[in-house]
Amino acid sequence: MADINTINKDFADLFNQGKQLLMEGSSEIMNENRSKAFQDFERLGVPTRANENYKYTNLIPAFDHPYNVNLRYLKVDVDLNEIFQCDVPELDTNMVLLTNGWFYGNNKQLLELPKGVIVCGVQEAAQKYPEIFNAHYGKYAKPGEDGIVALNTALAKDGLFIYVPKGVVVEKPIQVVNLLRSDRDLLATQRNLFVIEENAQAKIIVCDHTLTHHKYLSNSVTEINVAENAVFDLYTLQNQHLNSVILNSTFIRQDAHSNVLTNTISLYGGTIRNNHHVLLDAEYCENNTYGMYLMDHKQHVDNFTCIDHAKPNCVSNEHFKGVMDDEASGAFSGRINVRRDAQKTEAYQSNNNLLLSNEALINTKPQLVIDADDVKCSHGATVGQMDEDALFYLRARGIDEKEARQMLMFAFAHEIIEKIRVEALKERIDELVDKRLRGEISKCNTCAVACNH
Amino acid sequence: MLSIKNLHVSIDGKEILKGINLEIKPGEVHAIMGPNGAGKSTLAAVLAGRDLYEVTEGEITFQGKNLLEMAPEDRAKEGIFLGFQYPIEIPGVSTVNFMKTAVNEHRKHKGLEPLKASDFLKLMRDKKALVEIDSKLTNRSVNEGFSGGEKKKNEIFQMAMLEPKLAVLDETDSGLDIDALRVVANGVNKLKTADSSTIVITHYQRLLDYIVPDIVHVLYNGRIVKTAGKELALELEEKGYDWIKDENKK
Repeated sequence: MADINTINKDFADLFNQGKQLLMEGSSEIMNENRSKAFQDFERLGVPTRANENYKYTNLIPAFDHPYNVNLRYLKVDVDLNEIFQCDVPELDTNMVLLTNGWFYGNNKQLLELPKGVIVCGVQEAAQKYPEIFNAHYGKYAKPGEDGIVALNTALAKDGLFIYVPKGVVVEKPIQVVNLLRSDRDLLATQRNLFVIEENAQAKIIVCDHTLTHHKYLSNSVTEINVAENAVFDLYTLQNQHLNSVILNSTFIRQDAHSNVLTNTISLYGGTIRNNHHVLLDAEYCENNTYGMYLMDHKQHVDNFTCIDHAKPNCVSNEHFKGVMDDEASGAFSGRINVRRDAQKTEAYQSNNNLLLSNEALINTKPQLVIDADDVKCSHGATVGQMDEDALFYLRARGIDEKEARQMLMFAFAHEIIEKIRVEALKERIDELVDKRLRGEISKCNTCAVACNH
Repeated sequence: MLSIKNLHVSIDGKEILKGINLEIKPGEVHAIMGPNGAGKSTLAAVLAGRDLYEVTEGEITFQGKNLLEMAPEDRAKEGIFLGFQYPIEIPGVSTVNFMKTAVNEHRKHKGLEPLKASDFLKLMRDKKALVEIDSKLTNRSVNEGFSGGEKKKNEIFQMAMLEPKLAVLDETDSGLDIDALRVVANGVNKLKTADSSTIVITHYQRLLDYIVPDIVHVLYNGRIVKTAGKELALELEEKGYDWIKDENKK
């Protein structure tokens, strides 16, 4: 097994040797960020467990593998639009496909988007809309603080760009389907940028999928700026096979009176690490950060969250719930910063876990750093087993043990599903989670939101 | 209908029931009374199949079948209903979904098709009216945030939905004000048929003014120490349990 120094050196070699390809086709601002981020990476490296923030997730086995890296967009040999066709009429979305971190070249044109809304690849956006792009790219992610964010910034070539102009409401959710599809083991880097302007509204549903059985390491970073009075939802459904590693870092900045809801649902995957950073950068923001993880076998999930109350009078609600079975392991880390002048902050956090086996493991760590004196903050973490009294109560009415367990697990998870603000999606997720808890979904080759292929 | 012979039950190695014998025929109402800690609730839980308790000796047959070999859900489907002393709150499970699942399990057991949604809702409405339960309660999660009285009414509502052959009501009267007690007792009486039997477990006689027993047993220290007609309940109300304790010291 390679040690961390060898892994870091391999990336340095990749960067130096591939520099020309990396720079090619990328805008000046991307390449500036790239060079700086690479220096950060050389200093930070791939995080190890010696890093307090990665104490519970060992990334060395994830990185210790000869992955292929595509520094150029490779043409896809089939029509992915044909492969993915959504068959659920009630979940009517604007669908856009990405393949191995790249904006898919043959995406259908989204004809129903309101005027001025832009959905395209990051490379394209950097060229066509430089004023918007340059004002936001690299402004929210922090490659100087996390080696995998630095690595993403150093290697990033493409991803998804979404722009919603001032005052525009995108009523239909935008559904982003990230497909990992390769005939070789692959490291995919994806860099997204979503800009939601003043008083605009949008809902984005992101579905992560593996289409072939190769080993994948997906390292994505998403930057999101939500301007004054804007409303933004981000639903992330993670559903990959057991041989995949998902590193997913999201950086959200909110302006005054904005309202953001995120819900990260990890259904399946080998190793999942979600870094979720929220900066409440003006007064009267509302942030709702929710998440759910359903893990079994030897799966591992780690949700690392940081809600930064930089300004007064903001409210944040954070709730993560998990069901862990077999030898699954996981961690939740919830940091809340309330800065010195962020008076009248309300910040609430909880993390509840249901352990179904003796081998399942969860580490949960609330971390509140409060430097203001007029705040309302609370946090709570629970780790428990199935409630035997409730189980008996259901069985005493004639419901068999398996179904009774199912009902209780589902009820536990449902609290998080309930927060979804897209009615049709809520129903779909209910169904999906029900199936997942029944063990009827192992990995999902079809779209989690019921797309057929 | 129900036959209990020489039933011994332990929990964590401590013997709670020390040889219970009880015969219940179709249509009979039996009251089991006794001081706290006598083993009344243990008997109810063992009948329903709670696995915290270990049956060390004896047998229970229900309609000719060996009850002790059956899982709790199978006992329920065979027609045993336990009205819990402390009904459990189950956040996130709706009463509608809970009852629909339970009713359809019972139907499947009888070889019947699941109820259509509209038929099920009609059944709910009818039974709610029968037991005078507030409609709002069944729109919520099972027992969540219910008062003590509402929880007990919900037990009787579930009983109405499942139409058991043998209802075991474990201290259904505890913590009920007199109005709620009447509602609960009326419900039980309305649900009574000529063939169905009831075991009413209670500490006090008051419930038995409304649900009139054919036979009253006194359970003390893990044994049935006295069996008589309904007048025994009145005697216990008047004299308390001390004379029973004294008698059994001798």
